[in-house]
Amino acid sequence: MAEFSFFDSFTMNVLWTDWLVYILLGFIMTFVLYARKHEHLRAPWRQILTRRLAMSASIVLLAFASIGILDSVHFRMAEGLKKDGSVRYSSEVTSLFEQLVLPLKKNVEKTYSAPFAIQLYAKENIELPDGSVTRDYPRLEYGGAHLDDPAVQKAGDIAQRSMMAVVMAIAFMVLITLLLAAWQARCKHSDIKSTLRVMLRGESQLPWRSMLATLFVLVMFTSFAIQLGTVYHIFGTDKVGQDVFYLTLKSIRTGLVIGTLTTLIMLPFAIMLGIMAGFFRGWVDDLVQYIYTTLSSVPDILLIAAGVLLIQVFIENNPELFPTLQHRADAKLVFLCLILGITSWTGLCRLLRGESLKLREADYIQAAQAFGVHNLKIILRHILPNTMHIVLIVVVLGFSGLVLAEAVLSYVGVGVDPSMNSWGNMINGARLEMAREPIVWWSLAAAFIFMFMLVLAANLFADAVRDAFDPRLRSS
Amino acid sequence: MLAYITRRLFYAIPILIGVNLITFALFFVVNTPDNIARLQLGVKNVTPEAIEKWKVNHGYDKPLLYNNEQDGIDTVTDTIFYTKSVKLFVFDFGVSDEGRDISHDILTRMWPSLAIAIPSLIVGLLINISLSMLLAFFRATYIDVVGVITGVVLLSISIMFYIILGQFVMSKLWHLVPISGYAEGLAGLKFLIMPVLIGVLAGIGGGTRWYRTIFLEEINRDYVRTARAKGLSELRVLFRHTLHNAMIPILTGVVIVIPTLFLGSLLTESFFGIPGLGSYTIDAIHAQDFSIVRAMVFLGSVLYIFGLILTDISYTIVDPRIRLN
Repeated sequence: MAEFSFFDSFTMNVLWTDWLVYILLGFIMTFVLYARKHEHLRAPWRQILTRRLAMSASIVLLAFASIGILDSVHFRMAEGLKKDGSVRYSSEVTSLFEQLVLPLKKNVEKTYSAPFAIQLYAKENIELPDGSVTRDYPRLEYGGAHLDDPAVQKAGDIAQRSMMAVVMAIAFMVLITLLLAAWQARCKHSDIKSTLRVMLRGESQLPWRSMLATLFVLVMFTSFAIQLGTVYHIFGTDKVGQDVFYLTLKSIRTGLVIGTLTTLIMLPFAIMLGIMAGFFRGWVDDLVQYIYTTLSSVPDILLIAAGVLLIQVFIENNPELFPTLQHRADAKLVFLCLILGITSWTGLCRLLRGESLKLREADYIQAAQAFGVHNLKIILRHILPNTMHIVLIVVVLGFSGLVLAEAVLSYVGVGVDPSMNSWGNMINGARLEMAREPIVWWSLAAAFIFMFMLVLAANLFADAVRDAFDPRLRSS
Repeated sequence: MLAYITRRLFYAIPILIGVNLITFALFFVVNTPDNIARLQLGVKNVTPEAIEKWKVNHGYDKPLLYNNEQDGIDTVTDTIFYTKSVKLFVFDFGVSDEGRDISHDILTRMWPSLAIAIPSLIVGLLINISLSMLLAFFRATYIDVVGVITGVVLLSISIMFYIILGQFVMSKLWHLVPISGYAEGLAGLKFLIMPVLIGVLAGIGGGTRWYRTIFLEEINRDYVRTARAKGLSELRVLFRHTLHNAMIPILTGVVIVIPTLFLGSLLTESFFGIPGLGSYTIDAIHAQDFSIVRAMVFLGSVLYIFGLILTDISYTIVDPRIRLN
C-alpha cells in the first residue's frame, strides 16, 4: 500500500445531516454568546446551573453529544493511486468516531455470542487436529482470543482487567478534579486546597459534587470499555457477528439527529406562521388556523408512511444523486426528520399564536405601533424575543419524545433506513430472537439501556429548563 | 348552543376537504393508478389490458384532479378525486381495492379496538388522577420528590420495552395469558388483560406528572386558601374544591381522545395481533390500499373534529360560567 501525506490520506464527505448538525452547533454557540451578554437570559440559565439533577443530566447529555458529533465528521480513506497519479478513495464512508473505536468495528464474529462469551452461541462442526469431526461450540475469533485456557483464566483475566479499569478511572478522576479545582481557584483568587474543600463538600454554587460523581460513573464505564471491550464483546454480538456495543454506540447519532434536527427543521415555519397569525389576526389568523387544524387531524402515521414512501421512490428514480449506501440512508433520515417535523409543528404554532395575541395588546407594542414602527420591525424586535422561551421549552421537551418515536416507527416499518444503525432497528431485529432458546437478550438490553439513559437525561434537563424559563409551570 | 354546534359543523367541511386533498396528494404523488393496479393484480402475467380493466372497474381510469376533456363543472367532477371523495361525506366508504366492503370491515373491527381502548382509558385515568392527587397532597415532601422522579424514569422507558418485557414475563415465563391473539366475547378477556395493563403502565409516568401540575396550579389559587381559612380539612379541600376546579384542564385532554378511541392503538394492536382498526390502517398502508387509507383518514378527522366540539360542550357542563356563542 502506498504511503500518503496526512492531507492526501482522506477526503471529507459531508452528508446532509452533517451539515444540519454543524448548523445546529453554530446556532447553539451563537445563542450561548448572545445569552451571556443579556442578564434576563443569563438568570434562568444560572438557576439551571445550580440544580444538581439537571447538571448531572447535562454531563450525560454532553457525553452522548460528543459521541454524536464525532460520529458526524465523515470522510473517506485513501486506498491507492489511480492510473493518472491522483489518489483513489474508498467508497466506504467512515467517521472520526468509527476510527476511534476501530477494534470494536473490526472484531466481527460469525454470529451471535453472549456478553463476555468466548464461544459462539450456536454449535458447529469442528475439525480436530487428528482429522475427526466433532460438534461443539467453536471458540470466538476475537472475544477472549488472548486466553490459552479460557475455562481457568477467564474469571481471573476479567477481574484483573476490571481492577486496571478502576485504577485508571480513579487516577483520571483525581487528575480532572485537581485541574478543575486549580481553575476554580484561579477564577476566584483563592488557594487550591480551600477551593477543593468547598467543591467536595457541596458548598459551592455549582453542584460540583454531583457533576463529578456523574463524570466518575461515565469515566468508569469508559475505562471498563477500553480495558474489556477490546478483548471481549461486553454486550455480545448480533446475528451477523457485529459487536452490539459498537452498534449501540453508533445508534447514538441517529437518535440525537432525530431528536434535534426534527425541531430545527420545523422551527422556521412554526415561528413564522404562529406569530403572524397572532399578530395580524383577521384572514391570516383564519388561514393559519385552518392549516394547522387540517394537518393535525390527519393521523401522523399516515403522513409519515406516505413521506417515507415518497423519498424511497425519489431515491429509486434518481440513483445518481446518492453515490453510496450511506448517502441514501442519510437522505431518508433527513426526510424522516422533515416529515416528523410537519406532524409536530402544530402544537408550537398554536402556543406562539396565543402568546403573540396576548403580546400585541401589551403597552410597549401599542406604543411602538403608535410611533409608526413597521410591523416587521415590531415582530423582530419585540414579539420574537419575547416568545423565545416558549420555543426553547417546546424544543427541549420534544427531544425525548422524538427519540422514543424513532424506535416505534422503525418497528412499524416507516422509520430510518434498515441499513442505518439505530436503536429502533436494533430492537426490531432482536425482537424475534426472544423466542430462541436460550434467549438472545443482549441486543435488546443494550439498545434499551442506552436509549433510556439518553431519554432520562434529556427529560431531567428539560424539566429544569422549563422550570427556569416558565415560572408559572414551576413544579413545586 | 344548537346554533353554535351547527356553525362548528359547517366549519368542519373545509377542513375535511383539506384533509382529503392531503391524503390524495400524499398517495398519488408517489403512486400512479397504474402502479396501484399492478400491485393489486400481482407481479406475474400483468397485461396492459388487465391494468386498464382493473382501473375501469375500480374507478381509477379518470384524470386525477382536473379533466380537460369535459366542459363546465364536469372538469372538476369527472375526476378520481371528486368521485372518490364526495361519497365519504355521507359516510359511504365503498369497497376497498381488494373488493371488500370497507364500512362492514370498520364496523366489525372497531369492537376489538374499543375493547382495549376503553378499559385502558378508564383504568389509566383513575390511576393517574389518584396518584397525582396523592402527590399533590404530599407536595414538597420526600414522597412528592420520589414520586416525581419515578414518574420521569417511567416516562423515559420506551413503550416497546414494556410490551416486550410484558410478553416475555407474563406469557413466556409465567404462562398467565396468551402472547397475542383475540377472541370474541368473554373468551377474549384473557387476550385483553395484558394490552390494557401495558397501556396503563406506559401512561402512568406522563399522566401522573401532567395531572400533578394541574393540581398544583389549582392548589395555589385564592379560593383554596379561603377554603382552608374556613377550617376545612386538607383532604376535603383537595377533593371538594381542587378536583372540581381541575376538571376543566383534565377534560381538555380526555374528551378529545374519546372519539378517536375507535381507531385503536397502532402499536399495541400490531404487537398483540388484535384485529382492530389500528392494525387495519397499518396493513392498508403496507398494501397501499388507497380506498381504506382514505376512509380511515376521513373517519379519523371527523372524530377529531367531533372531539373538539364535544370538549366545548363538556366545558359548559363543568363550568356554568362558560357559554357557547
